[in-house]
Amino acid sequence: MTVAFDYTRSTGPVIGRFLTGLRDATIVGGRLGDGRVAVPPPEFDPVTHQAVTEFVELPDTGTITSWTWVSEPVAGQPLGKPFAFALITIDGADTPWLQAVDVASPDDIETGMKVRARWAEERTGSVTDLVFVADDGNAPETATPAGGTEDVGLIVTPVSLDYRYAASPEESSFFRGLAEGRILGQRCPKCRKVYVPPRGACPTDGVPTSEEVELSDVGTVTTFCVVNVPFLGQRIKPPYVSAYVLLDGADIALQHLILDIPAEEVRMGMRVKAVWKPRDEWGTSIENISHFAPTGEPDADFDSYKHHL
Amino acid sequence: MRDVAVVGFAQRQMKDFDGSPSMAELLVPILAECYEQTGWAKKDIGFWCSGSSDYLAGRSFSFVSAIDAIGVLPPVNESHVEMDAAWALYEAWLKIQTGEVDTALVFGFGKASAGVLRRTLTLQLDPYTMTPLWPDTVSLAALQARLGLDAGLWDEAALAEVVNRSLTDAEKNEYAVRAGGSSVGELLARPMFADPLRKHDCAPVTDGAAAIVLAAGDRAREANQRPAWITGIAHSSDGLHLGTRDLTTSGSAQRAAAAAGGTDGVQVAELHAPFSHQELVLRSALGLGDDVALNPSGGALAANPMFSAGAIRIGEAAKRIWDGSADKVVGHATSGPALQQNLVCVMEGRN
Repeated sequence: MTVAFDYTRSTGPVIGRFLTGLRDATIVGGRLGDGRVAVPPPEFDPVTHQAVTEFVELPDTGTITSWTWVSEPVAGQPLGKPFAFALITIDGADTPWLQAVDVASPDDIETGMKVRARWAEERTGSVTDLVFVADDGNAPETATPAGGTEDVGLIVTPVSLDYRYAASPEESSFFRGLAEGRILGQRCPKCRKVYVPPRGACPTDGVPTSEEVELSDVGTVTTFCVVNVPFLGQRIKPPYVSAYVLLDGADIALQHLILDIPAEEVRMGMRVKAVWKPRDEWGTSIENISHFAPTGEPDADFDSYKHHL
Repeated sequence: MRDVAVVGFAQRQMKDFDGSPSMAELLVPILAECYEQTGWAKKDIGFWCSGSSDYLAGRSFSFVSAIDAIGVLPPVNESHVEMDAAWALYEAWLKIQTGEVDTALVFGFGKASAGVLRRTLTLQLDPYTMTPLWPDTVSLAALQARLGLDAGLWDEAALAEVVNRSLTDAEKNEYAVRAGGSSVGELLARPMFADPLRKHDCAPVTDGAAAIVLAAGDRAREANQRPAWITGIAHSSDGLHLGTRDLTTSGSAQRAAAAAGGTDGVQVAELHAPFSHQELVLRSALGLGDDVALNPSGGALAANPMFSAGAIRIGEAAKRIWDGSADKVVGHATSGPALQQNLVCVMEGRN
C-alpha cells in the first residue's frame, strides 16, 4: 500500500532567500551571531536564537567535511544509483551542508576533497537543484539561466511511503470468511459483545476476543450521511449514502454504502441486506459486498439499536 | 518532589511481527504481564501514556486502535506522544508529580518492518533543506561516524569492540533479534554497508512493544519489593540543522545528564545507541567511566524496536535494581537523527 501526499510549504524570508538562490544557481549563506556563515541559513541562530537577517552569496565550490557511501539507495534519493552523501563546507562558509555527491565509487571520494556544484538545467528552488561532483580544476560549466524572477515563496515537497500490511489473526479470519461469502465476527469472553470486523482486543475489557460468530448479512441502519461532495478517487456519483449498518447479532456497526434507494429516503432504523457482487469477482475483501439495499421490512424500533449509536 | 519508582516492565522484540500495525494483540499480553508483576488490575492505573507514530503504522490515529488493548470502559485517563515511550514515561512521571495520580502505565509500540525504516525516518528531518534529498538515517549516522574517525576520537576497532561486546551480551537476552559475538578482527573483515559503517554497526530493524509501570511512594512499595526510584530524569534537544552542531559530541545528552543530577556512582548504564559509534559519544556525554557496566542487555545493536527501544533501556536498567545486582543505574533514550534528542533517567535502590 502506498500513502502519498504533496505538502505545500511557505518558505519565509530566510529559507525563501536560500531557495531562490538555488533557483538562480547561487548558494546563499546566512551570518550567525558569532560572525560564522551557515549554509543553509537557519531562520534563527542556534545559540543566540536571534533571527538571521544578513545573507552572503557564496561560490558553488567547497570541501568534503564528511562522507558516506549509499550502497543501496532508497526511493527519492537524488541519484538513481549508488552515490555519496556528504557534509560539504562551501568556500566562504563555516558550517557544513548535507548534499549528494555524484562519484563512481567510494574510492573516488575522501575527506578534504574539493567539489563543485553541478546545477540542474531546470531549477525550481529546491535542494535537489544541484548535486556535487569532484572539482577537477577545469572551468565550471555555466548554469542555465534561472527559470523565474519571482522569489520562491512556496515549495511542494511530495511524500510517498510504501507499506506492506499484515492482517492480525482476527482480521485474517474475517477476510477469509468474506472470500466464502460469510461475515465473521468475534465475541468478547467478558462482556459478550460481538465485534465485526473482529479486533485484536475487546476495547471495553482489553482482553482478546476468541469466540468466532457468524453474522447475518441483514441489519439495521443506525446512522448515515449523505455524501454530496465530490473528491479524488470517488467511484459513485453523489449524492449517495454512507451508513453504519448494525448486522443482526453484532454489537458494533459496520460502515458501508446504501444504494438502490434515493438518498433522501434513507433513514435511521431502516432494515437493509447485503448485495454481494457476482461470485467470480470475490476476493478477500469487504468489497465482495457491493452495497446494502433495503429489505422492505418495517423499520426497527429505536430501542433495538439505541445502545449501538 | 514525590518519590516515584519504576515497578513493572514487560517487553517483546522481534524481527518481523506477523500482525496489524496497531499491535493491540501484542500489547494485551504485555499489559497482562505488568498486572501480574504488580498485582494490580486496570483500575489501579491512574494514568496511561503511549508512544508511537502514524508514519510507522502508515495509518492515521493508529494509537487509538492500540488503546483497545487497555479496555476503556469505564473511560481511562490517557495521553500519547509521537516519540519513544521513554518520553511517555517522562510525561507520566510529571503527571504523578502533579499529585493528580499515584500510578501510571506507559507503553510504546512500532511495526518498523511495515515500511522501509531508514527511509520513513527521513520525515523527521527539516522538510525544506533535508527531506527532499531523502537522507536515510543510516547515512546520517555514517556521516557522524566518519567525523569522529577523521578527528581521531575513535577508530574502526573501537566500533567493532562495541559491537562484539553488545552481541556477546545479547546471547543472554531472549528478546535480542541479533546476537552472537565473534571477534574484532572477524567483524572488521565484513563488508561496508554505509562506509564507514558495516551492517552490524547499525541497529537491526525491529518490531516490538514494551510497557513500564510507575508508582509513587507506598504504592510503589506495595507493587515491588525493591522499587527502582527515579532520582533524576531530564531530556534535552539539539537544533534541527546537522551543520550547526558538533556531531562528534552530544550537547543535549550532556545537558540531560547534568539536569538529572549527573551519573556519579552509577554501576550499570543502558544506553540507547542505535549505531556503534553513538555509544562512544553517549558514554562520554554522560560521563560514564570504565567501571560502569554498559548495556548488559545487548543494547540497541541487538534489538531496536522503534518507539519502545528507549523505554526498554529504562526497564532493563530498572531490573538491575529490582534483582539487587545494582544500587544505582541509568537508562537513556534517544530520538531524532544522529542523537538529536536525549533523555536520561537515573534510578536508585534503597535497602
